[in-house]
Amino acid sequence: MLTPAYLAELSDRLIYSAIAVYALAMLVYAYRAAMPRRPAPQTGVLEPATVGAPAAVTVAVASTADPVPSTEGASAARRYERIAASLTILAFVLHLAGVVARGLAVGRAPWGNMYEFTVAGTLAATAAYLVFLRRHPVRDLGVWILALVTLCLGLAVTVLYTPAGDLVPALNSYWLVIHVAAAIISGGVFTVGAAATALYLLRRRADARDPRRAATRGYAGRLPAAATLEGVAHTAHLFAFPVWTFAVLAGAIWAEDSWGRYWGWDPKETWAFITWVLYAAYLHAQSTAGWRGTKAGWLALTGYGAFLFNFVGVNLLITGLHSYAGV
Amino acid sequence: MRTAVLLLLALALAAVPGSLLPQRGVAFDPGAVTRFVRDNPEVGPWLDRLGFFEVYSSPWFAAIYLLLMVSMTGCVLPRAARLWQSARAEPARPPTNLARLDDHRQLLSTAAPREVLEAAASHLRARRFRVVVDEGVVRAEKGYLREVGNLMFHLSLLVLLFGVAVGSLFGFEGRVIVVEGASFTNTRLQYDEFTPGPLTDAESLTPFSFTLDDFTAEFETSGPQRGSARDFQAAVTVRRTPSGAPEAVTVEVNHPLRVEGTKVFLTGHGYAPVVSVRDGRGQTVFAGPVVFVPFDGNLSSEGVIKVPDAQPTQLGFEGFFLPTASVDPVAGPRSLFPDMVDPQLLLTAYTGDLGLADGQPQSVFRLDKTDLIQVSEGDQPFARALRPGESMTLPDGQGTLTFESVSRFANFQIAHDPGKEIALVAAVALLLGLTVSLGVRRRRIWIRVTRPPGGETSTIEAATYALTRRGPDPDELSSVLTALPGTVTAGTADSPPDRED
Repeated sequence: MLTPAYLAELSDRLIYSAIAVYALAMLVYAYRAAMPRRPAPQTGVLEPATVGAPAAVTVAVASTADPVPSTEGASAARRYERIAASLTILAFVLHLAGVVARGLAVGRAPWGNMYEFTVAGTLAATAAYLVFLRRHPVRDLGVWILALVTLCLGLAVTVLYTPAGDLVPALNSYWLVIHVAAAIISGGVFTVGAAATALYLLRRRADARDPRRAATRGYAGRLPAAATLEGVAHTAHLFAFPVWTFAVLAGAIWAEDSWGRYWGWDPKETWAFITWVLYAAYLHAQSTAGWRGTKAGWLALTGYGAFLFNFVGVNLLITGLHSYAGV
Repeated sequence: MRTAVLLLLALALAAVPGSLLPQRGVAFDPGAVTRFVRDNPEVGPWLDRLGFFEVYSSPWFAAIYLLLMVSMTGCVLPRAARLWQSARAEPARPPTNLARLDDHRQLLSTAAPREVLEAAASHLRARRFRVVVDEGVVRAEKGYLREVGNLMFHLSLLVLLFGVAVGSLFGFEGRVIVVEGASFTNTRLQYDEFTPGPLTDAESLTPFSFTLDDFTAEFETSGPQRGSARDFQAAVTVRRTPSGAPEAVTVEVNHPLRVEGTKVFLTGHGYAPVVSVRDGRGQTVFAGPVVFVPFDGNLSSEGVIKVPDAQPTQLGFEGFFLPTASVDPVAGPRSLFPDMVDPQLLLTAYTGDLGLADGQPQSVFRLDKTDLIQVSEGDQPFARALRPGESMTLPDGQGTLTFESVSRFANFQIAHDPGKEIALVAAVALLLGLTVSLGVRRRRIWIRVTRPPGGETSTIEAATYALTRRGPDPDELSSVLTALPGTVTAGTADSPPDRED
């Protein structure tokens, strides 16, 4: 029978399985990233375009700027990409089932302590990656996002593990569902944004050293064009920022209901504020001459760092009102 | 914008020390600042002088956010004026060469130019574009809401700040400990701690009162999370006005009691052992519950009992209350479980002058030991562990203390924030404005139709221009073009750059 104890154990096993499959997917992505690729031929892979129209020229330039492997290399790379993507989806399904089983086992939203938050947060990161994968060429993010997800899940099941149980009264509120779910979703999408931004910075540095990409070797040279990566990062941040804003505001409403003030500069609140301000600075930098590009990218990464610190550092290092959840 | 970015960075940076150093206003642990200064005698006073223990009300923090607000207002007002103008203006004229734009397509049609233009215009109007047709061109623009959202977001930040200011100027926050059976009346003097705003009228607080009838706490009794709190309930009888009818209410964590604009929150609980003390003359000089302050998750509590009326000398007791007692040889007396399984009161005794008469305010949770002598028994301090009902008699007939029973107490936080509704409305507007301003793309579409005199086919040129960083959605232009009459599919078209590589 589906007793809570059985479901809790099932959840643990599903999470362990998901970790294994994530690790495998990560290895396939890593292998794909390391595959030798011959330089792209300058013509031949381009779609026949109306020659002469200035727009067509832009199209051609944009296409050559992306590394286009030769045909047989391309098909092998594609095959590995598909294998990795399939494994990621499989791991995601196991992971999702693990979170659902945990939720059923404890009879509440499965994000009431640091273990559950990590498991749900990494699920959101994978989900965000898969959604982006459908619409944008972001396969190169795969290895990094899966590495992070695997690492966090590994820490979750070893260091942070908390057996299934009830909540302390302070967390017993429907605001837990709303506030923490919003934080989890925005965290997942911020993760994709941060990974894309990091690759963008890497690629851009390589481009700055070697603008014609004649001699760029190694990893940076194989990444998608800087503009593509920046576009992905920007889209991710545009989505995640309002969700994060909502998470902070929902938290304030909950705090008003439970502690009698909607904002009290508790360390968790302070770091949520810092994260928000840094991402706001990133969005402003995107439309500021001299800040667009590299500097904006660093602001986004700093924002992500503040987000991570809020989750890890504030929970483990600083005592505050949010400390009741334990690890 | 550069100013905004720099000020935002400064604001983020300035907020950091407040989370790492203890803060005065943030009453998680009111003694933390004093302790920090004592432990760091060199940097402590300097940090204090520079406002590092009150970061969020320090002048330099205020300077940053006020500058940010000023810079924002200076930026937003001209933008609002420009939005007003552009909302009344017609969509812009197309550039001469449409092919230079982001997304440009060209195709042929057998239909008459006017027919094509009208079809394009009605298609775009149906999609809520603002459309003007003239001189063989359809000019369309959409996405004004983006700027509206942007302005709404920034203006609601100002309103939010105003709401925060109203709350901190006119509101108050207070804490009070109420033992089972005791009452609280909402006047300033009854608070253990009362923090009014500079303009709060502390003499006209909402005149309600309540009695704590019963406090119940439930804890996990088994499993790995044994001892974790599961349920707290404070059963109170409240009178909303001095002459009002008594009303039974349960206050729980996350379920405050609301009386007009004032909210009463349950924030904690603990034990108050009920003791009675007879002095050397045999007279009962003290009887009642004494609040012992918990210091760990299993509610190991410490406290003092002051008996100023005892004769021949005043008496003081200091010690621990343990709901489930255990005396660990290393850690000392500790409770093993937060509920009362084996409650014990561990006390040592003092005689002499409690120091209450000199007018100096002193903590009810500490003994001022300057004029007190510890009672001893041989060469050991006199110490006893009592269970409910047990008594201890001090040597030399100095008095007797009886541990009668145990009551519980509840910590209440009482707050009144007249600005919070303003802040809430501002927050909702802020989120709405932000979502609109980041989600809506402002874009222009131009469709130019030309037909050489006597020609058979019309040439349709269409282009989109995004006024935002994110490029235009290629499907939007495609849907316009498919709606046009008589188009020749064989016509050359520059497809937009494929997003997949």
